[in-house]
Amino acid sequence: MIRWLIGTAALAPATLVLATPCAAQSVAITNAKLVVGDGSAPVDGATVVIQGGKVVAAGKGVAAPTGVEVIDAGGRYVTPGIVAGFTRMGIVEVDGVDETNDAAAGNSPFHAAIDVAPAINPKTSAIALNRAEGITRAVVAPATRGSIFAGQGAIIDLGADENSVTVPRAFQFLEYGETGAQVAGGSRPAAMVALRDALKAARAYAKAPGAYLDQGRDVLVNRADAAALEPVVNGRVPLLVHVERASDMRALIALKADYPALRLVFVGASEGWMVARELAAAKIPVLASALNDLPESFETLAATQSNVGRMKAAGVQVGLGIINDNDARQARYEKQYAGNLVALTKVPGATGLSWDAAFASITGGAAEAIGLGGELGTLKPGRRGDVVIWSGDPLELDSAAESVFIDGVKQPLGTRQAELLKRYRQPQEGALPKAYER
Amino acid sequence: MGMRIGLASGLAIALGLAGCATSDAKPQSSANAAPPKQPGKTYNHDPYPSTYKPYAGVPTLVTNVTIFDGEGGKIDRGQILFADGKIVAIGASVQAPAGATVIDGAGKVVTPGIIDIHSHLGDYPSPGVQANSDGNEATGPVTADVWAEHSVWPQDPGFSRALANGGVTTLQVLPGSANLFGGRSVVLKNVYARTVQGMKFPGAPYGLKMACGENPKRVYGSKGRQPSTRMGNIAVDRATWARAAEYKRRWDKYEKDGGDPPSRDIAMDTLRGVLAGEILVQNHCYRADEMGIVLDMAKEFGYHVSAFHHGVEAYKIADLLKANDTCAAVWADWWGFKMESYDAISENLPILQNSGACAMIHSDDANGIQRLNQEVAKALAAGRRAGFTISDATAWTWLTYNPAKALGIADKTGSLKPGKMADVVLWNGNPFSVYARPEKVWIDGALLYDMNNPRLRPVSDFELGQPGSGDVK
Repeated sequence: MIRWLIGTAALAPATLVLATPCAAQSVAITNAKLVVGDGSAPVDGATVVIQGGKVVAAGKGVAAPTGVEVIDAGGRYVTPGIVAGFTRMGIVEVDGVDETNDAAAGNSPFHAAIDVAPAINPKTSAIALNRAEGITRAVVAPATRGSIFAGQGAIIDLGADENSVTVPRAFQFLEYGETGAQVAGGSRPAAMVALRDALKAARAYAKAPGAYLDQGRDVLVNRADAAALEPVVNGRVPLLVHVERASDMRALIALKADYPALRLVFVGASEGWMVARELAAAKIPVLASALNDLPESFETLAATQSNVGRMKAAGVQVGLGIINDNDARQARYEKQYAGNLVALTKVPGATGLSWDAAFASITGGAAEAIGLGGELGTLKPGRRGDVVIWSGDPLELDSAAESVFIDGVKQPLGTRQAELLKRYRQPQEGALPKAYER
Repeated sequence: MGMRIGLASGLAIALGLAGCATSDAKPQSSANAAPPKQPGKTYNHDPYPSTYKPYAGVPTLVTNVTIFDGEGGKIDRGQILFADGKIVAIGASVQAPAGATVIDGAGKVVTPGIIDIHSHLGDYPSPGVQANSDGNEATGPVTADVWAEHSVWPQDPGFSRALANGGVTTLQVLPGSANLFGGRSVVLKNVYARTVQGMKFPGAPYGLKMACGENPKRVYGSKGRQPSTRMGNIAVDRATWARAAEYKRRWDKYEKDGGDPPSRDIAMDTLRGVLAGEILVQNHCYRADEMGIVLDMAKEFGYHVSAFHHGVEAYKIADLLKANDTCAAVWADWWGFKMESYDAISENLPILQNSGACAMIHSDDANGIQRLNQEVAKALAAGRRAGFTISDATAWTWLTYNPAKALGIADKTGSLKPGKMADVVLWNGNPFSVYARPEKVWIDGALLYDMNNPRLRPVSDFELGQPGSGDVK
């Protein structure tokens, strides 16, 4: 429900601080219940070797190189870190406190050109909290206000260092459907014409950047926005589109006839199961809301928890995202979401995911959906050394991340919340006020 | 706990008195010549009465099943029998009548139906369009005159999800938190009906929704009126309670002694009901320090806070809550969405439990209500990692018995004791596992959801004929 109202987010001063990442360790994790993250089944008795911040080998029969630190996983699950497929992590501290919320900028003359990367704050509480829960990478999108284009999102890591951005300007984010209609002036046709006009402007910019301003006064897309859309229209950068209704997805798929290079990725897609075959045929990946099952709006009338399972069964590349009020803080819920999709496999008439597919939807599948499957999300050789050792089944509610590596660096798992727990395990004051207990 | 049950039975007495006030009035003979006093005629305390009637069920015996009784007990490989809408027997082995439907519960778990003490289903229904947005009468900080039941749309598709995916059999629907005094809540059976009266939980006390903190001061401060600060919140609260005390004095006197009837004030009726112990205070309050203030304000004016809702800092004052016999209804791990939720920790429920306070989960959310068992599982796991020893069966009290207590209906539902309503869920596995789902849900002994029977999948009017109508959700 509406617990708080967000006002206009403040624009943060954009200063990119480049920091040196910590030195990656070389480590071999033995006796692992290995989950690669590509949808294959767990393998017992496996070894994972990380060197130079990358996975160099993972599997049964892999030998630990001499001289590297060896960690005996004791048969526990060893998996790639969770890749949160859609978030606003790192650009928001407290959603309802405007000064700390850099998700949207309604009063900016710039839209597509907005770049979240310099605003990512590695010290955001949500980064530490989610790191402690085994989340290692996140797709971070700006939010729209004032245009269908929200701007350029980033891929970040959740490491405890000063350098969070894995890929800046990794994608453009767009709102279509009800939200897009609203920000475009009041209707879906207005949103579509704005989108087409912007893509046309981007093409014009690509052809002759220097002449862009000579096109006359009716150009609605400013130069910076057109420049940001140039790699989108030419297919170098994916266009993530929040869209829920089946017919809206079809309208967007039709865009590809005029803009064949567009790399569309749908976000949300609550009615995706109704157009699953078209999505698969058009090779449009989806970063889905896992558990939407309510007609919360008229664009999600056919929402069902079986949506992801049905899309996957039709051959759609699916990852999960946090496409709701929790996008800034609760990437950890993706594990629970994935577990629920497994539970559906025991409900007659429902379509869920196997455990292996469910785990892939929050690791390798999410990375694939944003075109980074070759870089992260799985424990295949050459991928980033993002590895988690779990106390139990990582999708189960009572499991915890025991060790987390990001780019091969073992991470601290402390949080503000853990400090509060320590202070208030016994709520009563002791010899001194609580303020002295730390 | 006794105090809350006392309040609930006090309600029955109060209603009884109210109903009999005129008929019991007899002329009093007196030795002196003073005119006899005629008690005044009270107003109707239940003008929108429940018309809920349990649906038909069959005597049902579940065997060979793990049972959480809802009051902290657990039976392995046990049996439970219910018939005529009531729990009949529970134990290692129970006598079942001939012809009872027997369900083999091997590998499954039976629990009381889940009770969500904080929901906005019906008053913020799906679809959440402005035309359906009926949860906050945000036109003044004191709207004790509104009743949530007058906003509840019984066709909210959310009720069916809470039933089928969540195993929720009872819920309290509250007005929103924009106001200090938000209005009356209503307790519903999670059974679709054509009217809200057809869903109302028979005999459940009303609640009064109150709110602390950010919401009232933001909503009214932004309109340039009181309250715009936390001290403004309490100032308006106290002024209102002072008026309520005066109203109660006038009406008590009139009902006893007769004379000119005081003028009727619908808002004050509700507050008088609170001061009389007839209506239970359900207070939205995040921060520990604010809960501390409210507990003193309750003493100042002579009422009792049944439960703090959204008490994300309840863990900081668990001892104070216990001492005041006030429950805390909380989320497992909602955090950081607003300033007053910044200090939320996953061990809130375990710390409350460990301190002996009355603790429970709640949803405040049409999605969260579908997974309250999972929310408790997360909190329980966090508590165990922190070193607290809490059994699964104890944790189940956070889902059923404790919310029933805080709603004043623990004598009717919330645990599997013989004679109580047969509000029962059969889970297809351990409900603290992410992989479990409700398999069957009975309300008053009637089977109203069955995972294996698509005909027992309720579809609200709104969804009928729409894309996805009748689909598994």
